[in-house]
Amino acid sequence: MQYLLMIYENESNQAARTPQDQGQIMQAYMGFTQSIIQSGNFKAGDALHPTATATSVRVKNGDIITTDGPFAETTEQLGGYYLVEAKDLDEAIAIAARIPTATHGTIEIRPVMVFDNPTM
Amino acid sequence: MDALFRAEWGRVLATLVRVTGDFQLAEEVTQEAFAAAWQQWPHAGVPDQPRAWLTRTARNKAIDRIRRRANFRVKQDQLRDLVPSQVAPPSAEALMDQHIPDDRLRLVFTCCHPALKMEARVALTLRALGGLTTEEIARAFLVPKPTMAQRLVRAQQKITNAGIPYAVPPPEQLPERVAGVCAVVYLVFNEGYSATGGQELVRGELCDEALSLGRVLAALLPEDPRVLGLLALMLLHDSRRAARLDSAGDIVLLEHQDRALWDWDRIGEGLELTERSLHAGTTTYGIQAAITAVHARSASYADTAWDEIAALYTVLLERQPSPIVALNRAVAVAMATDATQGLLLLDGLAATGTLATHHLLPAARGDMLRRLGRWRDAAAAFGRALALVRTDPERRFLQRRLIEAQQRAGGTDPTPNG
Repeated sequence: MQYLLMIYENESNQAARTPQDQGQIMQAYMGFTQSIIQSGNFKAGDALHPTATATSVRVKNGDIITTDGPFAETTEQLGGYYLVEAKDLDEAIAIAARIPTATHGTIEIRPVMVFDNPTM
Repeated sequence: MDALFRAEWGRVLATLVRVTGDFQLAEEVTQEAFAAAWQQWPHAGVPDQPRAWLTRTARNKAIDRIRRRANFRVKQDQLRDLVPSQVAPPSAEALMDQHIPDDRLRLVFTCCHPALKMEARVALTLRALGGLTTEEIARAFLVPKPTMAQRLVRAQQKITNAGIPYAVPPPEQLPERVAGVCAVVYLVFNEGYSATGGQELVRGELCDEALSLGRVLAALLPEDPRVLGLLALMLLHDSRRAARLDSAGDIVLLEHQDRALWDWDRIGEGLELTERSLHAGTTTYGIQAAITAVHARSASYADTAWDEIAALYTVLLERQPSPIVALNRAVAVAMATDATQGLLLLDGLAATGTLATHHLLPAARGDMLRRLGRWRDAAAAFGRALALVRTDPERRFLQRRLIEAQQRAGGTDPTPNG
């Protein structure tokens, strides 16, 4: 099965970090990513710019309405993701628990929907 | 035959979940196999190995269903797992019997997975391992049957869609997950032992289910101090079941219980398990079992080693800082020293405001004031407890206490403070 691991963290904590701490976290992320590439779990993964750069779009009665900011104000914000292949939820949990942000943020795990139709 | 069915349900279902890897399918075919047995056995007689018969019947029904499904190709792997065991039944059954403890252990972890809502975990566990019907579970938790049916279906869908495994969790997740399983079983027991609403205070069938689940767990994880402590705690509490209510269904306090009515077999088993649990490690369940064990070992209420109980509550409070534990500690301290000490602790607890809507705080205060002969204050406290209480037997008990306090105070108009 494939799971999307969404990495949530309070952005203000992130901004307050010293360059040295930031460097350590980057190092930890590189090591983690490398390890799940080697184990064959890695499908994709990216870090996102902060929510200050976010744009939300809705279409109402055919009109495009664009607003600045994320779709909802939350205490922790989506900062990145991994798409992983795991045999079941427990393996996905084990992988998510190793994401460096898990110690000070939250990782939301969502199973990716699979459509049976082979023509799609 | 009912008892046999109840006992075999969890085992057969667990095996079917293992061989099909599909919780919903497994439940459907297990149900059909049991229905077939229900029809055939009264005429044809109970087979020599009922479990093997039920498992084989359910497995054949599973094979039929998988074959009939449109996406045959996708299910070929599943069939490959199933068909060889059909070809050579005796050896496969021997193999299956060896797997049975493991099967049920895996099923417990599926049903109690933390990715499921607590209420869904409880319902699934009772359905899958306890063999209770949807209707029985709905009645036990005082919800309409369609609500419970929907809860079970949603939980089964999440198991499938989120890929909740049918497996013993990896070692790094095991502590959290065993704790989760214990929490589900203890919740079932507590709901039975002291129902949170309604006319009955004790729903015996829920206690029985929790005890049998606890026994299954203890058989599967015989070294785990939490599992042993939980079973010990439940046995020791349940040993008082017959003495806790009088013939009118009213509460009999520990103080007034006829200890001859206690179930001494359960107490013996509970005491032994308490020791095994504490020997394997210190856990909150083990400490609570030890507290209950002190009561079980006391010849009478007056002879109870309250200082020992107060000390155990102090240890428990460090590990489990809950207001209810603090309240129980205050009651034990009041018994070990005097009621004034207990009242001081209750004042501290009341100041936190955490038990503001719970009847136990004013009820305990009323009891201490009663012991001190401060009848007006006691009446006021029992009055407040009555406004918060939710079960009928407890309400009647508090009413009796209130009337007594009012009479002893010499009037029916108690002072508002206490």
